[in-house]
Amino acid sequence: MSTATAPPPAPPDRTASASKEEQPYVELGKKRHTGAKLAGIGIFWLVMWLVFHNQMTRALGLQDTTPFHEWLNGIRDWVQLHGPDNWFFGGVLGFIGDFFNAVFEFLQKLVSIPAFPRPVPEIGWLGVVALATWVGWAVAGLRSTILVVVTMLLFGVFGLWQDSIDLLLVTIIAVVFCFVVGLPTGILMARSRATSAVVTPVLDIMQTMPPFAYLAPVALGFGIGPTTAIVLTCIYALPPMIRITEHGIRGVPDTTIEAARSLGLTRGQMLRQVQLPMARRTIVVGINQSMMAALSMATIAALVNGPGLGKDVNAALQIQNIGAASVAGILIVLTAIMLDRTTTAASERSESMGRSGVASVSGPGVMLAGVVLERLPRWATEEAGKGVRQPRLTSAGRWLVRGLWLIPTLVLVYFSRQQLILAQFPTRDDWPFLKYIDGKTVTKLVNDFSNWFIDKVDTFTLALKNDLTNWLINPLQNLLAESPWWTMALVLLAFAYVLGGWRPVVTTLVCEAIIFGTGLWNDTMITLTMTIFATVLVMLTAVVLGVAMGRNRRADTAIRPILDAFQTIPPFVYLIPALALFGASRFTAIIAAVAYAVPIATKLVADGIRGVSPTTVEAARANGSTKWQMITKVQLPMSRNALVLATNQGLLYVLSMVVIGGLVGGGSLGYIVVSGFSQDQLFGKGLAAGIAITALGVMLDRIARYAAERYGR
Amino acid sequence: MTATQSGAVEKTTSEGTPALHVEGLWKIFGPKGDKIINTPDAQLSRKDLQAKTGHVVGIRDVGFDVAPGEVFVVMGLSGSGKSTLVRLLTRLIEPTAGTVELYGEDITAMSDSALLDTRRKKVSMVFQHFGLLPHRKVVDNVAFGLEVRGEKKGERRNRAQEMVDLVGLSGYENNYPDQLSGGMQQRVGLARALAANPDVMMFDEPFSALDPLIRRDMQNEVIRLHEEVGKTMVFITHDLAEALKLGDRILIMRDGEIVQIGTPDEVVGAPADEYVRDFTSDVPKSHVLTLKWVMRAPDGDPGDGPVLQSNQIVRDAARIVLDHDGPCRVADGDKLVGVVDDMDILRVVVAEDEG
Amino acid sequence: MARGTSRLQLACVAVAVALGLTACGSGGIKDNPSGASGGKDCGDLRIAVNPWTGYVSNAHVIGYVAKTKLGCNVTYPDVKEEVGWAGMASGSIDTIVENWGHPDLVKKYIDEQKSVEDAGPTGGKGIIGWYVPPWMAEKYPDITDWKSLNKYASLFKTSESGDKGQLLDGDPSYVTNDEALVKNLKLNYKVVVGGSEASLIQSFKSAEKNKTPLLAYFYEPQWFFSEMKLVHVNLPKYTDGCDADPAKVNCDYPEYNLNKLIAKKFADSGSPAVDLIKKFSWTNDDQNIVSTYIAKDGMSPDDAAKKWVDANPDKVKAWLG
Ligand SMILES: Nc1ncnc2c1ncn2[C@@H]1O[C@H](COP(=O)(O)OP(=O)(O)O)[C@@H](O)[C@H]1O
Ligand SMILES: [Mg+2]
Repeated sequence: MSTATAPPPAPPDRTASASKEEQPYVELGKKRHTGAKLAGIGIFWLVMWLVFHNQMTRALGLQDTTPFHEWLNGIRDWVQLHGPDNWFFGGVLGFIGDFFNAVFEFLQKLVSIPAFPRPVPEIGWLGVVALATWVGWAVAGLRSTILVVVTMLLFGVFGLWQDSIDLLLVTIIAVVFCFVVGLPTGILMARSRATSAVVTPVLDIMQTMPPFAYLAPVALGFGIGPTTAIVLTCIYALPPMIRITEHGIRGVPDTTIEAARSLGLTRGQMLRQVQLPMARRTIVVGINQSMMAALSMATIAALVNGPGLGKDVNAALQIQNIGAASVAGILIVLTAIMLDRTTTAASERSESMGRSGVASVSGPGVMLAGVVLERLPRWATEEAGKGVRQPRLTSAGRWLVRGLWLIPTLVLVYFSRQQLILAQFPTRDDWPFLKYIDGKTVTKLVNDFSNWFIDKVDTFTLALKNDLTNWLINPLQNLLAESPWWTMALVLLAFAYVLGGWRPVVTTLVCEAIIFGTGLWNDTMITLTMTIFATVLVMLTAVVLGVAMGRNRRADTAIRPILDAFQTIPPFVYLIPALALFGASRFTAIIAAVAYAVPIATKLVADGIRGVSPTTVEAARANGSTKWQMITKVQLPMSRNALVLATNQGLLYVLSMVVIGGLVGGGSLGYIVVSGFSQDQLFGKGLAAGIAITALGVMLDRIARYAAERYGR
Repeated sequence: MTATQSGAVEKTTSEGTPALHVEGLWKIFGPKGDKIINTPDAQLSRKDLQAKTGHVVGIRDVGFDVAPGEVFVVMGLSGSGKSTLVRLLTRLIEPTAGTVELYGEDITAMSDSALLDTRRKKVSMVFQHFGLLPHRKVVDNVAFGLEVRGEKKGERRNRAQEMVDLVGLSGYENNYPDQLSGGMQQRVGLARALAANPDVMMFDEPFSALDPLIRRDMQNEVIRLHEEVGKTMVFITHDLAEALKLGDRILIMRDGEIVQIGTPDEVVGAPADEYVRDFTSDVPKSHVLTLKWVMRAPDGDPGDGPVLQSNQIVRDAARIVLDHDGPCRVADGDKLVGVVDDMDILRVVVAEDEG
Repeated sequence: MARGTSRLQLACVAVAVALGLTACGSGGIKDNPSGASGGKDCGDLRIAVNPWTGYVSNAHVIGYVAKTKLGCNVTYPDVKEEVGWAGMASGSIDTIVENWGHPDLVKKYIDEQKSVEDAGPTGGKGIIGWYVPPWMAEKYPDITDWKSLNKYASLFKTSESGDKGQLLDGDPSYVTNDEALVKNLKLNYKVVVGGSEASLIQSFKSAEKNKTPLLAYFYEPQWFFSEMKLVHVNLPKYTDGCDADPAKVNCDYPEYNLNKLIAKKFADSGSPAVDLIKKFSWTNDDQNIVSTYIAKDGMSPDDAAKKWVDANPDKVKAWLG
């Protein structure tokens, strides 16, 4: 034993040899004290409100205008007077207008309005139904085909054949245009970062801008009528097409691209043989989204004399005929569902394009499949690989079968040109049994029911509206709209900074300047109040429903179709029951907005909850979490990203609906837009309101987005 | 440290042009990679450079030759730059500096069209994640490369069918990729690469995503194909066993640099540094090492034991040595180079059991 | 196999039946006779439709006559008033068949641009004003005088108007001086916008039913009066020029002689419909009958027009003479 102390062994040099893998940097958490800062802002705000209550609010009377509005009026006058001779208004816009008009009129004469001197269109209802059926079957299969037939027959049964077909025409023209423009743009964006960087903000603005904001300028440029409706619809429906195309092309796995590059593909070959085929399904989803967006413009486009069912909804709202509005509304919804299901089925099929002959000749084709397959020429069929028993059709063979089915279709088209009863949809006078199900009957039914129902509940609903308005909406609105404008400007900037850092502060500042410039600061604050209030309601509902759906398959199966249906309902239709129940008020606008925004927000939350890794949930359950703990401590925090996204989307949906709510007592910006559209001297003010709405939307969107980036991890 | 590290070219094939000749190859990821390479910063370690400039060194000054018909394996841990290296060889990633020659043709100086032509006809690749086109049938996937270079439908169909048969997928030609198992999908990838009849085939961890048993099958498949078609192959893997099994020579990488190039027994027998030693410590040495690595110098009388060749694997020679009392002789051709006895053999085998 | 065959047969039968059905359908299609009036072809007639039911009645009665008697191809673009004017100037609208004043537009389009022409009165008299539901007039008889409005302001308080009384306004496109009136008459009220004719009617209905107070902008001719006798609140009498400056208005709305407008281009086209529009004239009561058919009985505007036209052949004849 030695007493001398040996030097302690050097600790092993962990840093050098602990692991051969590279170690990530250590992230040092920073405390943000968000709550304290928000409280600080709140106190400042309250004090300012108390001191300067109702001063410097920048309120502007309904009929009052500012020099800026007058200046816009001047522009309008100039365009009206000199537009036709101007190279841009008369030339470019005039050409676009004439083009759409000509296309629309041609199609209308073909299928919807009398093709003079014929008293009926070139192709009668039976022919149109037959053609639609054939198309539905050829691209989407049997189930969608049934939906197509039923929906189109209802067009006629409800007595709105022409308007329904017009709506389809507007939608189709707009979507074709979106496709023609959107596909190349999306492809370009996917292939060039520079293009993407330039186009993305434009799309952002297009999507943040409620349609009401560009109603007036578009009508100014294109006059009123089908062209304006188509252009409006295009503006609204183009961004999803472009975005989803870009996403689809970018979504092609790098590994596949690389493999293809290694085979020596040129850029063109890469696009045609790899990227487009692989993005096909996503692109069809883009078409689907684009169609849904187009349909939701139907009623708004009707404000500028856009053809179609929107007209009927608006007219019925005008005379408070809930039944008639519902009939037209139902048809719009059915149209939406029909197009949605058909394109969805088409996209699902396109993924397995030509996979198994069984799928692609399903439906009526099955009848042929068994007998005829063997008799078809050799080029039409082939062995379907190991493990797949039946022979299947080659793509040429599929077209052969489709071609065969076109023959009876064309026969029906022929008859529909010859027989009046097949050209013009019969009414109850022609076919007495229609009186049990036609539009008049349904209108009466709905009216009787809604009168009975409203009679029962309106005292209650009105009281509810009054209480909520007096206790929640009014105080909030007082705080926002009765604080001096500079206080509000500072408060918003501070919120932007605390929630999202300096980047949204810049946007907020710019947007505030724009809003201030429009002279509509006070009205913007009122709109903001409704937006905030509605968004809170939306998120409360969305979290409750979304958690239920995310946790429980059955709840999901029960709720999701309802949400789908709600999402395809055009915004105006929401106004009908809301108005009936709550009268003309801001609350009505809020309720309509909530109903409009809840589906999307709920779906996002549900997907977020479902996205929480099952392993994590299992681990938490193993730890003995209760159901409540599971939701509040695991599932909600882990789907924070989805929650933030849901809030963002909910906010934008709410904003666009709150604006429409201007029509039923929401007042403020939405009302100003409409009045600008209705009164000569208010045109400029309406346009300014559109600008203010856009600025408000961009501001809220940016704050929410950067907050999402910061808190959404 | 070995001489090979500084990018000096180690010529292993004495005569003829090498199938692949790589010299001074660099890749620095980041927008200003080509500026950095001419500054002293380029000498910083990968981590330091990233911290300082945000650029990542993918490949640092790499050079080697691959002989025609050789199976050349590149191995290293994940992140060591293997994938980057193999992509630089056909400029799927543009090199920052250096040259790559394919049978004497300078790939790095090629025009775009010449490069396309090279990719279409001379080099083909097999990828870890297959990179098949889901919307095309097996046979159309195999024929894809031929289609791209403009061959007639009938011809390419025939050729593709041949390849499908060659990789053992007969009967599945009309299936779609997602109807096949992972191993079968990779066979399609193999067939596609073979279809072009390239001079050089490159594999980037082709079997890493497969189950062990399938992986073994596929390795044997590659060995079989190599015997049948005799292509030059560059094979990337992070699995040393795979490297030892397939490789004529092995290049070991770390942080984008070459650590060692050598035959399997060289790598196991004389690891260049701790990193390589660590790697090889688990390898059953008797399966890799040749007698050259275990024999002793023939001091004195070599005796009259059986004569074994110095490049014989230890495991294969063990029976003979152990059966024979006393040392066996080891020769390189006719020349006696050493002796080996039971102890020498057992040392290798037993060390393994302990390890 | 057998299954497939039977299905095939089924399909054949279905097609055969369909064809058979079409064959038994009613008669063939003949081209429209053009120009029933014997004179020139009528061609297209685009009648703007403004957002109130009375207007719809005018439009569809004229349209129905033009279609059936003159063979016009009639369409009804739904547009707000100002948009209709602009449409006549730009050529997308041919006529507006019930115009309420709009001196600013008259000046711009008729006097300055000369793109629109006055096509004479409709015969209807337009009244705009403030109304209360019948029960209020009964319970508070003096409420029909504007001077007592401030006394009752608290009755009209709603969630929308805060601590002031609420004055409910209609569609944003309607002619209104209400904000200026409230200010200039020093009334303790706030103008709240209801949004449409429909919401005004709904509000009156529910106010009468629940005996809740309501003060709202409304107008005649109006079918709703046949259902509920709303009571007019008298503002200071209208005198010529008292509404000259929109910001200083302090008097009731004038009585409007409703008139029709016609696009210059259309007037010069020589269409027989031009004459029809110029000669068209009827009374508030006539209009209310048709409006009631539409709004209350839920008839389609065309059916309502047909019903009225069939019942009043003399009046229609006068328009065509
Ligand atoms: N496009 C790129 N940009 C930046 N760094 C990259 C890129 N590609 C690869 N790297 C980096 O280069 C290093 C080598 O990557 P890689 O060649 O994929 O390694 P291996 O294939 O050996 O796993 C890694 O650190 C990786 O992060
Ligand atoms: Mg790799």
